[in-house]
Amino acid sequence: MQINKSRYAQLTEGLKPEEMIINMGPQHPSTHGVLRLELITDGEIVKEVIPHMGYLHRCFEKHCESLTYQQIIPFVDRMDYMASMNNDHAFVMGVERMMGIDKDIPKRVEYIRVLVCELNRISSHLIAIGTYGIDIGAFTPFLWCFRDREHIMNMLEWASGSRMLYNYIWVGGLFYDLPVGFEERCSEFINYFKPKLTELNQLLTENQIFIGRTAGIGVLPLDVAINYGCSGPMLRGSGLKWDLRRIDEYSVYPELEFEIPIGKGEMGKLGDCWDRYKIRTEEIAESIRIIEQCLERLQKEFKRSPEFDPRAKLPKKIIPKEQDFYIRAENPKGELGYYFICDGKTEIPKRVKARGPSFNNLSVLPEISRGILIADLIAILGSIDIVLGEVDR
Amino acid sequence: MNFDEIKNLLTKKFGEGVIVEIENNGLQPALQINPDFIVHVCEELRDNKNTWFDFLSCLSGVDHGPEKNKFEIVYHLASIPHKQQLVLKTSRAHDKISSQLPSFQSVSKIWRTAEWHEREAFDLLGIYFEGHPDLRRILLPDDWEGYPLRKDYLAAEEYKGIKIN
Repeated sequence: MQINKSRYAQLTEGLKPEEMIINMGPQHPSTHGVLRLELITDGEIVKEVIPHMGYLHRCFEKHCESLTYQQIIPFVDRMDYMASMNNDHAFVMGVERMMGIDKDIPKRVEYIRVLVCELNRISSHLIAIGTYGIDIGAFTPFLWCFRDREHIMNMLEWASGSRMLYNYIWVGGLFYDLPVGFEERCSEFINYFKPKLTELNQLLTENQIFIGRTAGIGVLPLDVAINYGCSGPMLRGSGLKWDLRRIDEYSVYPELEFEIPIGKGEMGKLGDCWDRYKIRTEEIAESIRIIEQCLERLQKEFKRSPEFDPRAKLPKKIIPKEQDFYIRAENPKGELGYYFICDGKTEIPKRVKARGPSFNNLSVLPEISRGILIADLIAILGSIDIVLGEVDR
Repeated sequence: MNFDEIKNLLTKKFGEGVIVEIENNGLQPALQINPDFIVHVCEELRDNKNTWFDFLSCLSGVDHGPEKNKFEIVYHLASIPHKQQLVLKTSRAHDKISSQLPSFQSVSKIWRTAEWHEREAFDLLGIYFEGHPDLRRILLPDDWEGYPLRKDYLAAEEYKGIKIN
């Protein structure tokens, strides 16, 4: 007999008569993709949750061993496929810093990058909110969110040529300038969307049934959140003002005004599911503010001109000198990090490791869901807002 | 505390042997720590109120290829109260011929987030972590043979009768 039994073996062997193992997923809509949760239950009480992932593993890091930096960008798109622009932005920033060209990027390019990233952040949060509603049993918000998200998808498709996986932000510039009329259409969308957000809040955020299902459920204390490496709305929901757009001050974020919403425990306890959900609705409002500021500057100071070429600063060959570098950026779901190792000789990185926010956010799930009801587990998992493309990479 | 102060703090506390090398060739300087000390160093850096690295951003395993015969673990720490970052590395020579896996001490007791990162390193690179509570494969199937991110890995031809490629 082995002396040090792994925790998994301890949990799954020798169940008591009243205990039962239930597999939730991988084909289960409330697991938001192909995630399998192994539950040890006693009646309706969840005693232990064991997540199993890897069903969507596409060998991102293995592929990176044989691709150049530009070729990796489409692969990066497919990690968090709800927020491809943000993934690209973080990756491209990392490569630019290693090359030492991050200060030469034209301001118009930077503003366009932030604009499309924030649009993508809104669409990612809309998915999170819509699918969370449907997890809880509210069908209408799902349809409303997808209707509004479709406008963003159409705009980004107009700019990049692709609906979800953009490959729009390139090392040193952009694929193309924004199409003519994009700024106007974007302002139109913002004007259309603002009342819709209020409507959504009235429908779901202040809904008594919704509050009853989420307030006080899945409370994540701040120290646990930090210890488990949670980031993004998970960490802010527990009451910490931690947003890398402000901490690291990358890109043009220092020039833009926006607030960082944090959880206050208004409806239940600090760090419960409702707090995490509320952060997302507030962040949408903040993203709208950022977009408005970007649009204003893109139409005045950094106006489009015939001479402007977003590809002017593209390096011909990307060969960073020998070093390793970790870049982190604020994705809709939390801290997205890339760890590069370059050998300084070839265009192919020696190693790229991606630190997905969902991967770390998910790891806290067993900790906060002991002794709860199965129905509440759905509420907690939905409030974490995972995307399996990033967990499995 | 800046990088040099952290360096001095560690040598003062654990002696000269704790820092094997200082890597300073890129934008982010890194401390190469003696692998026997890594858990104590991490614990000190987390609990000391002057450093307070309470957040482990990333833990990556690295295989340095057949010429160097070296496995490395890279820790990216962040301090939320001090808004700082620090890179620690620790490495061990390993010839890959022996059936024994390269072994490092687990930091999962210090930062629980390391648990999944270490499982990932075990899964993809075949690095063993002493004291890890639940070291199983995480992304690949449990019965997968070999460690894909090792530089000498040859892609499997089939998996359970299913052709790959």
